[in-house]
Amino acid sequence: MIEVRDLTFAYGRGKPVFQRFNWTVAQGESWSVIGPSGCGKTTLLYLLAGLRVPHSGSVTVGGRPLVGPRLSTGLILQHYGLLPWATAFDNVVLGMKVRGVGAGARRRTTEGWMTRLGIEHVRHHYPSQLSGGQRQRVAIARTLALEPDLLLMDEPFSSLDALTREEMQDMVLALRLEGRVTTVLVTHSVEEALLLGRNILVLGQPPIATARVIANPGGGQEGYRTAPAFHEFGQEVRKCVQEARAGVV
Amino acid sequence: MWSNRGAGLLAAAALLLALWQAAAWAARSTVLPGPVEVAPTLAHALFAGTLGQHLAISSYRVAVGIVLATGVALPLGLLVGHSPSLYRLSSPLVYLTYPVPKIVLLPVLLMFLGVGDASKVAILFLILFYQVLIVIRDAAHGVPSELVESVRSLGAGPLALLRYVFLPVSAPALLSALRISVGTAIAVLFFVESFGTTSGLGFYILVEGWGRLAYREMYAGVVTMALLGMALYFALELLERRTCRWVKVS
Repeated sequence: MIEVRDLTFAYGRGKPVFQRFNWTVAQGESWSVIGPSGCGKTTLLYLLAGLRVPHSGSVTVGGRPLVGPRLSTGLILQHYGLLPWATAFDNVVLGMKVRGVGAGARRRTTEGWMTRLGIEHVRHHYPSQLSGGQRQRVAIARTLALEPDLLLMDEPFSSLDALTREEMQDMVLALRLEGRVTTVLVTHSVEEALLLGRNILVLGQPPIATARVIANPGGGQEGYRTAPAFHEFGQEVRKCVQEARAGVV
Repeated sequence: MWSNRGAGLLAAAALLLALWQAAAWAARSTVLPGPVEVAPTLAHALFAGTLGQHLAISSYRVAVGIVLATGVALPLGLLVGHSPSLYRLSSPLVYLTYPVPKIVLLPVLLMFLGVGDASKVAILFLILFYQVLIVIRDAAHGVPSELVESVRSLGAGPLALLRYVFLPVSAPALLSALRISVGTAIAVLFFVESFGTTSGLGFYILVEGWGRLAYREMYAGVVTMALLGMALYFALELLERRTCRWVKVS
């Protein structure tokens, strides 16, 4: 699904964030990307989304080298990226509008997802009138309405309270289990990385040339949160992140 | 809420008219006729006399000024606000020229454009243009990059970004800038219509009214010009409320 080959990228003339970095994600896999803040997690996601262009090397998604945003890639950002001047309904419908989906189909799909995610009753509310969890659901509905085969998430639950966060994590799990969507989740939370990623990519300090990959067979399964393996892997991942922060990769 | 506000406005208007009438009675002078005397003159001048034409001409000048200023400043403001390098380059220029009172350029405009409509519209344009340019630039500059990126990731190209992000974000800024500066524009219009012309409300008030000692006509002109300013202000406010409901709730 994703092939990152010899990727080099820097902001302006700064020092490279990635230097000849390689990474492969197979279709249907779920990955968590974790690492110290400022290490380039979000940059990686923007590169995968086609919103940034590599200086050299290539990012191939779905068999084609990226030259811009790809239509079947969904992106959910930390602050959700909702239009403050549009209602919940208009925000969900936006992606389909941009793509020229017919009005009837647009409305049916939007209503379907809003009902499914439990936000139908706030369809006329503006984002400022919604709770954090509701805003997140609007952002998720907007993305899923476009039926992506690759879902990129940048710390999507970081500004939610603990209970809502767990609820949203379970929802993403449920959505994953029923579809064959490939997911890449960027997070700074070890628990979240374990819970939602079958594979965990641990990024170190830039420039990043290689990164550690931890297999997490229990990730992406329901009930994993309370399993003993969850805590064992938690310790291992924590150690890796600390080493990565210290620059020992 | 509307009816409350409407009642308050009516009461305030009645109070102002009453004060004017009381002042007129106290002054007992032809220089200060009260609303009771001015109202019939106003109605006559507006519908039977020439006041209607002068009102139409002044409205036309203001309207052209607003449309031209918006038409130029909106795209320019969006462009400058969206591009960090243009923003940086233009900032000192705007900073330096913004505080210059545009009215002092009137002699220059008169020399180049003559005393006709062109110079009058041009001075209105300059006043409105700067206000609109600055607020639109800042509105576009203030759009969080996360918002732009997430809309781009939905498949939006430059045109869709303009339509769904940059125009909606500019609408409240544009309307409130126009609402605030349209008063200044009308004040300046009064000034530029006071010489070298034979049309417009400024001409009517100063030449047809004051100059001919026709005080009732003069006051009719003053009231008409005030109403023109109010009508524009209220129209812009209504438009703002219609299109920018989200600003109110956030």
